[in-house]
Amino acid sequence: MKFRQRFYLAEVLIGLGVTAAHFFVNLGRHTAHHVFGRKTVPGAVTFQYPEERRPYSPRLRSLHRLVRREDGSPRCVACMMCETVCPAHCIYIVAAEHPNQDIEKYPERFDIDLGKCVFCGYCVEACPEDAIRMDTGILEFSSYSRLGMIYTKETLLALEPAGPDGTPRSPISIPPDRRP
Amino acid sequence: MPKLTIDGREVEVPAGTNLIEAARRLGIEVPYYCYHPGLSIAGQCRLCMVDVGNSPRPQIACNTLAADGMVVRTETPKVLETRQSVMEFHLINHPLDCPVCDQAGECWLQIYYMKHGLYEPRMVDEKVHKPKAVPLGPHVILDAERCILCSRCVRFCDEITGTGELGIFQRGDHSEIGLFPGKELANPYSANVVDICPVGALTDRDFRFAVRVWYLETAKSVCPGCSRGCNIEVHYNLRRPHHNQGHRVARLKPRENPEVNQWWICDAGRYGGKFVDDASRLLFPTRGRENAAREVGWDEMVPLVAARLRDYRPDEIGVLASPRMANEDLFVLKRLVEHLGIANVDFRVPPGRPGDEDRILIKADKNPNTRGAELIGLAPRAGGLDARGMLRAARERRLKGLWVFHHDLLASAWPGSEIREALRALDWFIFQGSNANGISPDADVLLPSATWVEREGTFTNFEGRVQRFWKAVEPPGASLSDWEILARIGDALGLGAVPGRAEDSFKSLAAGVPAFAGLSYRELGDFGKEAATA
Repeated sequence: MKFRQRFYLAEVLIGLGVTAAHFFVNLGRHTAHHVFGRKTVPGAVTFQYPEERRPYSPRLRSLHRLVRREDGSPRCVACMMCETVCPAHCIYIVAAEHPNQDIEKYPERFDIDLGKCVFCGYCVEACPEDAIRMDTGILEFSSYSRLGMIYTKETLLALEPAGPDGTPRSPISIPPDRRP
Repeated sequence: MPKLTIDGREVEVPAGTNLIEAARRLGIEVPYYCYHPGLSIAGQCRLCMVDVGNSPRPQIACNTLAADGMVVRTETPKVLETRQSVMEFHLINHPLDCPVCDQAGECWLQIYYMKHGLYEPRMVDEKVHKPKAVPLGPHVILDAERCILCSRCVRFCDEITGTGELGIFQRGDHSEIGLFPGKELANPYSANVVDICPVGALTDRDFRFAVRVWYLETAKSVCPGCSRGCNIEVHYNLRRPHHNQGHRVARLKPRENPEVNQWWICDAGRYGGKFVDDASRLLFPTRGRENAAREVGWDEMVPLVAARLRDYRPDEIGVLASPRMANEDLFVLKRLVEHLGIANVDFRVPPGRPGDEDRILIKADKNPNTRGAELIGLAPRAGGLDARGMLRAARERRLKGLWVFHHDLLASAWPGSEIREALRALDWFIFQGSNANGISPDADVLLPSATWVEREGTFTNFEGRVQRFWKAVEPPGASLSDWEILARIGDALGLGAVPGRAEDSFKSLAAGVPAFAGLSYRELGDFGKEAATA
């Protein structure tokens, strides 16, 4: 222990100084937030969600999306690998004949029941066509009804991947029956 | 009988047995594609190579007959290397489309690739492309790229049906299966080529994309399509009810029974199970007609039917049983009519169109249990009327009540106007069956019965062979097995308690009818047994 530290008083005063500095910095930041409306100024430790978002990891498993071909149709070939591997049984696919015989199948229906989904990401790993990904960065999809948790093929196809910092680039789709 | 050694174990087989079958007796699996016990030997696939004696090269097991003192080895390094090389050749032009292939999960190419595959492919050239998704006929669709040219389908059409629609065309790696010009794969057994195709080249159009095969479960059963009683497997899907438009029974497949159907089944039988998941199913016991129809519970329905049977004189009641009912049902019904003293009992209704018949499997009698009904004895009893006589008596108002099982009388050979007139003249008309049909709207009481896949039972085929079928799925709504409905009504009439299972009913049948003496479910086993036909 240093000589100065043996004198209890000096250390107490330094500690008080640190606490007081945090207090006044935060006082300034929160005043900027609440009195002057400067929402971009970061708070002390609290992220001002939803205006302010933590950067998401690129490995984050967020809301699923269906990858599109160049013509906008789903890349999915309705092979049911994701439906089979899904431990929550939350994927519902109905296959139909694709007009192109080399593709063979396409999903006539592709529903994910997010109320059941456990976000394990197995569907993404199982997919042989890289047709389903969980990279939208969207984590907000609560609903007022169970039906509102079922995302259909059209909704999933319309989603875009998140930006480089993990911020969602597609509007967070709110199905009509999800609105209060 | 030649005695040979396979992998160090001795086995004695009948003369003329090939090495694949001899090894099978010891539980040793020799892989093969082109060999099929029901077809001639082609030696196309070269996969069944085994080491025989001191021969310097492996030989094909399918075309090598077991000989006395032969020493066969199936797992030597040379054999394993040969299999790997043969598999490599088979896969050179095979597309990697297992995920979209309907055969995936029951494909022998997948199975043997896992066992004998060369996991690092050496093929660098573009694969040969061939026609995909070509319909060959009403039931079969071809993907020529997936074909490994085993020629089983060609041999089936040549040797079993004798119709010869298929052939192998082109040469070398451009060889492909195809139809002869102007032909269509439309013979009555066409879909068997789907079963024998070891890969996904020939698939079922009816089953196309319906359910992935790993979702299916299996129950042993007997085809109810005609009096042959082909052994089948019912493949049903309960795990993913959103598939196949919610139909639980996905497909019927033949089950090998050397005594009845060998490996085959006709297309009419294969696609004849659609009524199980049809919208016309009767689900609840119903009273009254049309707008006045009211669904009631069995606790209300059983006393009502019992009261009708009790309140009318036996000679005013007619019972028209069906050869579509199982032996168990017919026996409970027979006891019921004997107890009540009803003599107007019959089961024969001539079909509107005579059924087709051939020398392979198809029988003209399209009912699975005509022989059973004959043996159990549901013909008119002394002084009783037959089916036509009952309808005539109904028109003349001598018969007041009629209980019809399953029959659609309007599809019979009799004039529809006569039938309608007879049914309208009745005081009451009970229809018991699984599906609504032409006459069921005329019934004032509907009793919904379970179909054959929703219950246990036995059918007796035209040869008198009693064969079991097992339960696959639950009966829908409040429907019950025919024997259970009849036993409940019998119970209300003081005929004794309801048997707990179909097996109990079969036990009393074996005790009560001489032809069935000595038979039991255990005795029948998977493949059935002949009834003692006097």
